[in-house]
Amino acid sequence: MKLKIAIAALGIVGLAGLAHAQDPNLARNLAATCANCHGTNGKSLGGMESLAGEPKEKLLQKLNDFRSGDKPATIMHQIVAGYSDEQLALISAWFAEQK
Amino acid sequence: MTTETSKMLKRRDFLKMAAVAAASGGTLPGTIASAAAATAKARMHVVIVGGGFGGATTAKYLRMWGEDAVEVTLIERNPAFVSCPMSNLVIGGLKQLEDITVSYDNLKSKWGVKLITDDATAIDVARRTVTTARHGTIGYDRLVLSPGIDFVASRIGGLEGNQERIPHAWKAGPQTTLLRKQLEDMPDGGVFAMHIPRAPYRCPPGPYERACLVANYLRQAKPKSKVLVLDANGEIQSKKGLFTQAFERYGALIEYVPNSALQSVDAASLTAELEFDSIKADVLNVIPPMRAGNIATTAGLPLVNDAWVDVDWLTLEAKGMPGVHVIGDALFPAPAMPKSGHMANQHGKVVAAAILNLAAGLPPNPAPVVMNTCYSFVDGKNVIHVASVHQFDADKRQPMPVSGAGGLSAAANEIEGKTALAWARNIWADMLA
Repeated sequence: MKLKIAIAALGIVGLAGLAHAQDPNLARNLAATCANCHGTNGKSLGGMESLAGEPKEKLLQKLNDFRSGDKPATIMHQIVAGYSDEQLALISAWFAEQK
Repeated sequence: MTTETSKMLKRRDFLKMAAVAAASGGTLPGTIASAAAATAKARMHVVIVGGGFGGATTAKYLRMWGEDAVEVTLIERNPAFVSCPMSNLVIGGLKQLEDITVSYDNLKSKWGVKLITDDATAIDVARRTVTTARHGTIGYDRLVLSPGIDFVASRIGGLEGNQERIPHAWKAGPQTTLLRKQLEDMPDGGVFAMHIPRAPYRCPPGPYERACLVANYLRQAKPKSKVLVLDANGEIQSKKGLFTQAFERYGALIEYVPNSALQSVDAASLTAELEFDSIKADVLNVIPPMRAGNIATTAGLPLVNDAWVDVDWLTLEAKGMPGVHVIGDALFPAPAMPKSGHMANQHGKVVAAAILNLAAGLPPNPAPVVMNTCYSFVDGKNVIHVASVHQFDADKRQPMPVSGAGGLSAAANEIEGKTALAWARNIWADMLA
């Protein structure tokens, strides 16, 4: 049974290792830092861009353009600079999955 | 566990698998078995005290992320949420109180949060209970205190008990309406004197925004009048250059006086006594010195400077008090972390994620991120912002502002005037819709 094999494998690796691993909900948690302005799960009520369901590559390109200054902004260039490339990729992928 | 394994198995799926395996008689390693057993017994009950930006966000996100794994009770004294951000627009006559008031109904009907409209009066950490004024004693598995701030009016002579005559309007609601009424009733040529306490206080740019919006009203309605800003601090505490420019544009309508710690007030004559000066006002708006909300300071929580709660930044538990989480303005802040509604909302998400991890037998997220944006109106249309991003620093054990990130508006502008209103709509919905 695949299920029992998976459980057994987890048992061998052990949960202690998790203390230094990435949080299983890291992308969700990072994306939630955007929700104050862009709406819960990226669904804006208006006046800010909705992020939910946008293609990952498109979101990531916009974020990178804010960072480089290619896309003018009032505030996003300052916010993007606070996140690592890996974090921005996780955030973009997570919003892309929201329907 | 490798990153790939953790990506393959989402926590909830993992627990479902563990529960299925347990039910089918499979043998499980100890930790997994106990996690499965925990889901099988009664749901975890989280009690939240305070339904502001921090507490309301925690309530919604616990239910949204945790679904039926967690039962949430929110104790809040006010029947509806009234926002401090944007409340200066009400004082300036540009918005009504109803524009900044949001119902708690969706937390109840959409998210299944049990709402108790009452005061939390005491905590028993050993018994894990909260006592309320009218709803008896409520047990919890984990407690989240989001009590905001309370005032220490006794530090200013003559102020205690006189908040109807000398409003603070630093908690939105009846005090906001009262200060607006006093401003409307003030004769042309009058002095609106306001006092800013020494930092740290709730909403660092808020008093300076208030000075601008009162002056904006006076310029149109009572142009011979004056806003006198008595700041206990040596300089403007937030967006200094931008507020200095804004004050200059108001000319004689705003007089800013730093190093003006208020010693005492006389409520009858509306006189403010400074160390070397005595000022007679027509409206006196004293923002008193403040500390963490009363429930936090009376419950024996670890306080820094006898005022702010010291927490572990990964779980937001009060230091040395497992199971008692504290968020929002009540915290002794990490470096450069403001006491703001936006930040409290971010704390709410960190604590919700941490509680759900702990309940599932997982460690809290080792790398939480929080960020802040704050918009201030300098008149009816033009707005300035300050922003920051704070990443957890494993060596310092606290979030640190990211160098090179964040910053200020280049100048006051109308685009951010629209953004500020959109921010309010979206963050209120993020907490309460």
